[in-house]
Amino acid sequence: MTEHVVIVGGGTGGSVLANDLADRLEPELDAGDVRITLINDDADHVYKPVWLYVPFGQREPDNGRRPLEDLVDDRVDIRIDRVTEIDTDAKRLESMEGNDVIEYDYLVLATGSTLVPEEIPGLVDGGHDYYSESGAVDLRDELLSLTEGRLVLSVIGTPHMCPAAPLEFVFMADDWLRERGLREEIDITYTYPIQRVHGNPHIAEWARPIMEERDIQVETFFNAEAVDPEAETITSMEGTELDYDLLVTIPPHAGVDLIAAAGLGDDGWVDVDKHTLEAEAAENVYALGDTADTGVPNAGSVAHYQAGVVGQRLASEIRDRPATATYDGKTLCFIETGMDAASFVEFDYETPPSPAPPSEKLHWSKLAYNETYWLTARGLL
Amino acid sequence: MTDIEPDETVDARGAACPGPLMDLIGAIRSADSGEVIRLLSDNEQSLSDVPEWAEEAGNELRAVEELDDHREFYVEKA
Repeated sequence: MTEHVVIVGGGTGGSVLANDLADRLEPELDAGDVRITLINDDADHVYKPVWLYVPFGQREPDNGRRPLEDLVDDRVDIRIDRVTEIDTDAKRLESMEGNDVIEYDYLVLATGSTLVPEEIPGLVDGGHDYYSESGAVDLRDELLSLTEGRLVLSVIGTPHMCPAAPLEFVFMADDWLRERGLREEIDITYTYPIQRVHGNPHIAEWARPIMEERDIQVETFFNAEAVDPEAETITSMEGTELDYDLLVTIPPHAGVDLIAAAGLGDDGWVDVDKHTLEAEAAENVYALGDTADTGVPNAGSVAHYQAGVVGQRLASEIRDRPATATYDGKTLCFIETGMDAASFVEFDYETPPSPAPPSEKLHWSKLAYNETYWLTARGLL
Repeated sequence: MTDIEPDETVDARGAACPGPLMDLIGAIRSADSGEVIRLLSDNEQSLSDVPEWAEEAGNELRAVEELDDHREFYVEKA
């Protein structure tokens, strides 16, 4: 009997896993004992970290897109489709395209995050972001036309993709505006929902003095309640009101609805064992990346490492061996601290991060990794 | 034991910081004035995070219950 592995989502986690399994299960695939299907609702794979650089004119959205067909092993069936229902009892999926029901033996959910700016009144009209291709392009135009006034970066949604990116944006904006001779005319304010500037206390402790040195104003305990695009103000649940000339936000995030509908977890995030990445509510279902509710950052490196763990576990299960691979919370992030310097952190469930001193070398390491990322997506790096 | 009847319970046990506080803020965001949210947390940081935020936001921390393996915070939305 042929075992069918279905991966839903062709982002970093889904693509790395598909290639990992194609390599790991080569004998079984050749013998017809295993079949792998990767379902994605877009023919392209999108590498989102490119978007941070778009507003500063350093990258174009196309730099973060490549056809899945070019990245994923030929032995993997790619299906461009959108899954609409998951039935974990019958081990079946329904989708938008075609009338067939997709049956699976093993299911991996790597559906990622979506943006829900409509949760905050006024945000759709008043805010800009660099968490989408169109948002990053619009923000580039807005930044270029800003010559004076107040730039506010407000972190609204947590958890959100790439927890370092809000810090990176204000550090880069500060540097970029200084280089253009505009910093004296433009105030930068950074808001964060809790009492420090980042969810991780070690990163917050490192970042706060840099913000003070760079004259970046900070508003903590700021949970956006509403935006008034006419008056150009953003107000918080805590009663603070800020004026802005350009509002950049990290919009609220959510997972996909079908996960909650399938009873796998709230808000579209799958409740998993944080070491095995197995869904708690269903057999033979895994989740990885943003989709897996593990408490670690929603970052590409996490999805990458988790894909290796899920790949090993699936191969063991298909070969009737005990699955022993586990995820230890490993996370790795470069953090831009300007236009030509960056820091670096590496941590896991047990070991807290200790940001490296910012350097030009680390900045170039980040840019170099962003180019070699395509080898990661192919499962080679 | 408190006799406060919560309108909603948020179970954030097992979540790493700042997950429990953010879960509470999310519940308060969608609650009506006067409603009480019960937050279940086993994260030590919640003991300082929750009262600090409740005061900052003008909400009332009406009770904190110590249980064997977690705490329960009762917060009333202003």
